[in-house]
Amino acid sequence: MKKKYEFFDHTADAKFKAYGKTLEEAFANSALATTAIMTDITKIKPVTIRNMHIEAKTKEALLYDFLEEILYYLDTEGFLLSNVKEIHILKTEKYVLDVILEGDYAEKGYDVNTAIKAVTYNDMKIEEKENEVTIQVVHDI
Amino acid sequence: MIPKKINKYSYIIDKTGNMNVPVKIFASEKLMKNMIEDRCIEQGINVAHLPGIKGYSIMMPDAHQGYGFSIGGVAAMDCEHGCISPGGIGFDINCGVRLLVTNLTKQDVQQRIHPLLNSLFKNIPPGVGGKSLFKLDEKELDYVLKNGPSWAIKKGYGTKEDLENCENNGLMKDANPAKISIKAKERGKNQLGTLGSGNHFLEIQYVHKILDEKTAKTFGVIEKDQVVVLIHCGSRGLGHQVCSDYIRAMEEEYPDIVSKIPDKNLIYAPAKSKLAKDYYEAMCAAANFAWTNRQMITHQTRQSFKEIFGERVKLDVLYDVSHNIAKKEKHEVDGKKINLWVHRKGATRAFGPGNKEIPKKYQKTGQPIFIPGSMGTSSYILVGTNNSMIESFGSTAHGAGRLLSRHAAIQKWNGKDLKKQLESEKIYIRAASLKGICEEAPLAYKDVDEVVRVSDEANIGKLVAQLKPIGVIKG
Repeated sequence: MKKKYEFFDHTADAKFKAYGKTLEEAFANSALATTAIMTDITKIKPVTIRNMHIEAKTKEALLYDFLEEILYYLDTEGFLLSNVKEIHILKTEKYVLDVILEGDYAEKGYDVNTAIKAVTYNDMKIEEKENEVTIQVVHDI
Repeated sequence: MIPKKINKYSYIIDKTGNMNVPVKIFASEKLMKNMIEDRCIEQGINVAHLPGIKGYSIMMPDAHQGYGFSIGGVAAMDCEHGCISPGGIGFDINCGVRLLVTNLTKQDVQQRIHPLLNSLFKNIPPGVGGKSLFKLDEKELDYVLKNGPSWAIKKGYGTKEDLENCENNGLMKDANPAKISIKAKERGKNQLGTLGSGNHFLEIQYVHKILDEKTAKTFGVIEKDQVVVLIHCGSRGLGHQVCSDYIRAMEEEYPDIVSKIPDKNLIYAPAKSKLAKDYYEAMCAAANFAWTNRQMITHQTRQSFKEIFGERVKLDVLYDVSHNIAKKEKHEVDGKKINLWVHRKGATRAFGPGNKEIPKKYQKTGQPIFIPGSMGTSSYILVGTNNSMIESFGSTAHGAGRLLSRHAAIQKWNGKDLKKQLESEKIYIRAASLKGICEEAPLAYKDVDEVVRVSDEANIGKLVAQLKPIGVIKG
């Protein structure tokens, strides 16, 4: 099976590629990669859920907002993602994302070692081919 | 594009195509070699294309690849016909450095280093994942955003002198809390007094060498082995969200600009537009938050030192500099003084003697400048010069500058071994994780000694003292 995501060298920041058969799967794997930068994601238990509903004009903006929301929930509630339970992306005149995330609270003793300052548009790419979607993101850390 | 060497420590890339100004790079041959290896020079050239940029797109000796703008750059934009760009300031608005001078010696502190570090680590959490000691309600947070660290002084978390010894007295007067989103406020309200992670740290250091005795004395740095505390952090999630919010707002407002720029992170709002004003006021408020954060950390540091060394210990703020900010400043361009938004992203203001913007007690010397090294290496105190006004819009470098990616650092080193190695040099670390230690390994950074040497020889920030670490707290 192909990797869900992998990390690449970037002088100051954290760069990854996330893969999926569909846009949804690649978005979900981008969220997992984002969390994996900050903590050992394999240790996070799925004990609580968060729902998100995000609308944006472009795919890139939708991805940016989605990943930023992950950072927001960590800063405000200490929520750490373990897995993406459900994800739907709808394209009408805009893009609409509905997602259910599972995870746990950082204060329970998880080691959060790297805070991501922000999602960036630097080198952001979303490539959609049939059955193969690749997302590239650079986070500022 | 090959930079042309014009003297020992500066290079120029001539204006070609649609560039509005040339690029000027302060570097030695060794540092230039580092720069050519990443994309920072290309980024410096991109910045030279922005509307209303004056003089040069400037790159400091510690410049390295950022997003949109390089890190270690200065861009001075005309306040009338230019622009303001959140990417030219950075996500961590008013990330900066504060230095506290103590009345303790290296020997005093080394004897008690472990209990001291334990206490500091408890009192100053990294704050990643929502853990902090101070929680503000909405009204208090708005007060902080508007008034900066004077809030902390009122509450007893510091003295009036702390504010006087701060760039801008710790206050950007144009701050408007109403221009900051609820989301940004939510992220920030529990984060005062926290360091954050990445390259942010608090370091206990001692004076290793005094290089300019007279200036050092004015700065309160009186003798070899005197202990100082360096605090490096910024505006945490609040500042990051402000930057993100306004990049998005500008991108939606100006699709025609987005289509023309090579990287979305270069997005800007034209001077005189409503968005330019809104962003500037929000940035000022986030800057006030960052100064308050460093004030709270100062307070916590004092508590820890008192706990270990008793009430007689003194920790005075030498100065507090900002290295991610845009300031409205007047500079001479083509023989005329004009109003500019001087964007400093990974660059430190370096005003010289006689400048009205700097505290009275530093009028004769010029402003203090702090250039932290990487974990385990030297840091430096420098002093501003009037030559920096001619050369670099009153600015110099801000740090060592990364050389290797964090990913590469993790592959290359082992956190445990690094910790042991530093301990053998009597440098002790308390960190949230071994991975964090690895990412910030000293060799992942450029040579800070070389960075400050270039600043000194180019006369944009002169050397005053060399500091060496004895203890580090990091997120």
